[in-house]
Amino acid sequence: MSNLTKIFENKKVFIPFVVANDPDFDTTVENIITLAKNGADIVELGIPFSDPVADGPVIQSADLRAFKAGVTTERVFEIISEVRKHSDIPLVLLSYLNIPFKYGYEKFLKRCADLNISGIVIPDLPLESRDEIAPIANDYDIDIIPLITPTSGHRIKEIAEAASGFIYVVSSLGITGQRDNFSEHLADLITNIRKYTDVPTAIGFGIHTPKQATSMAKIADGVIVGSAFVDIIGKQGRNSETELANLAKEIATAIK
Amino acid sequence: MQEIKPTKPGIYGQQFGGQYIPETLMSELEKINKAFTDLKQDANFQQELHDLLVNYANRPSLLYYAKNMTEDLGGAKIYLKREDLNHTGAHKINNVIGQALMAKHIGKKRLIAETGAGQHGVATATIAALLGMECEIFMGKIDTDRQKLNVYRMELLGAKVHAVTSGSKVLKDAVNATLQEWATRCDDTFYIIGSAVGPHPYPEMVKYFQSVISKESKEQLKAKENRLPDAVVACVGGGSNAIGSFADYIDNPEVQLIGVEAAGKGVDTDQTAATIERGSTGIFHGMKSKFLQNSDGQIDEVYSISAGLDYPGVGPEHAALADEGRAQYVGITDDEAVDAFEYIAKTEGIVAAIESCHAVAYVKKLAPTMNKDQIIICTLSGRGDKDVTSIAKYKGVDIDE
Repeated sequence: MSNLTKIFENKKVFIPFVVANDPDFDTTVENIITLAKNGADIVELGIPFSDPVADGPVIQSADLRAFKAGVTTERVFEIISEVRKHSDIPLVLLSYLNIPFKYGYEKFLKRCADLNISGIVIPDLPLESRDEIAPIANDYDIDIIPLITPTSGHRIKEIAEAASGFIYVVSSLGITGQRDNFSEHLADLITNIRKYTDVPTAIGFGIHTPKQATSMAKIADGVIVGSAFVDIIGKQGRNSETELANLAKEIATAIK
Repeated sequence: MQEIKPTKPGIYGQQFGGQYIPETLMSELEKINKAFTDLKQDANFQQELHDLLVNYANRPSLLYYAKNMTEDLGGAKIYLKREDLNHTGAHKINNVIGQALMAKHIGKKRLIAETGAGQHGVATATIAALLGMECEIFMGKIDTDRQKLNVYRMELLGAKVHAVTSGSKVLKDAVNATLQEWATRCDDTFYIIGSAVGPHPYPEMVKYFQSVISKESKEQLKAKENRLPDAVVACVGGGSNAIGSFADYIDNPEVQLIGVEAAGKGVDTDQTAATIERGSTGIFHGMKSKFLQNSDGQIDEVYSISAGLDYPGVGPEHAALADEGRAQYVGITDDEAVDAFEYIAKTEGIVAAIESCHAVAYVKKLAPTMNKDQIIICTLSGRGDKDVTSIAKYKGVDIDE
């Protein structure tokens, strides 16, 4: 069983997301540690990308702040290296495929393995292109987390059967960002996924209140909260700690 | 030399093409791929497509012998494939008619598209009006400012134009915004991609609909000269008119294929859009191809005087054709393109799009190096009305009333 899958045993899992180097190196390190101390089971860390087509304006702005502060792929690894001096919180990266492609898949995944990164979410890597990177990731015991969406339909079986770590279930159509309406068929979607796999599911895209987290945790094994945390960092900058801690605690409590 | 056939569907050469796009859109891509496969064999669809190309788009477009240019340059005979004479004034209409008919066939009611210079947006708005479909166009804010006439044309045709203010506010950002809109409303919306780019099957589809250019030019030149051309020259942004201009000649190795990229301020500067010459392999906008990007894989902001060529990538088949040496790709600077804009206006009485003038600029260099018994076909992808103001500004001429 993958290290990520183990985390989902006997509990609902809370996965907050922040962007690396937003607004700077030290704050990202502190923010990850703050989230880890306040109920995060896994932290998802975004590698900034110039053209994040799956992301809404909140995360796009965070990417821009990270670039302004001089982010590079190397610097993201340095941030994680610094985190590792203080915390062994399980980490999942979010990266568009061009970043590991240019870094070199082998070199990228080795670096991830050395820093004890458990998985990677790649929003522009559908099942059809999974072989591009998954076999190498497998050699390093790193899970390539697949996404299943309300439009996946007949594709669910094959995606679920190839999944490891956990499955990122996208709550609704469109891009990341806070929303109040989710696909009415989410529970059916998860039931459908469970026909084909025991790999746990975590719902993401748009969840931003503890109440929403509670209802999502009733149907899935975990919840991913991204833009709500990134929004706090956008507004509070280097002074995000208290608000991040409060929201993390509230959501962690809400889903238990 | 052999034609570069996909090794598996959607893969050109060893590695280019493929599908790299959010899962939300994959079911739609499957539907589009199935419709494309079926409709290619569907006699009714072919009839409808043919009818619109002939009776609406004004095909076949002329293959015009440019006598004055030929005499002036003193080398190869120059023929111009006049896509600028199509309805809406560019080659874009060929592809848009095909994709819009497909969209109708799979039950979509709303068309969305990205546009750089506005030609693809105008073509999409046109076909949406004709077929009674909703239409929304995404265009970078910088491009809406420099191509106001085309924005107004799209609005006249009933389309809603969104000025995209994210990123560098040009074509690549318009593509990002259109992909995001598609992911939000893929249930009722068809994304008409304007160039030979994007995830499979788009590059193949766009080539299929644009290959009418080379099919016609081959027949037309046969009728006039009873032979093949020695060289085919076309400008390349994403590369739809170039792949359409090359398509029927790829299997004729004796025909030299030349794609002309926008070098902007120069291929060796950072203000360029010469992707094949300066770019490297990467994965972006749904495909693996050549992109202008930094060593971390962040996509560069690119520059060209031409909004239509201002794109950091190129269609995957062009990347493969370049890799395997079947086609050559050269850069033409803003200055050279502007010079060619004035040249073709004065010698042939044709105001051609600044995009197309990149190809004309290269023909000016190439023709004198060739013999009088050799033939060049140069595609004029679009007309230049939209560019007159920009050229005047570039030359420091005030034409405001």
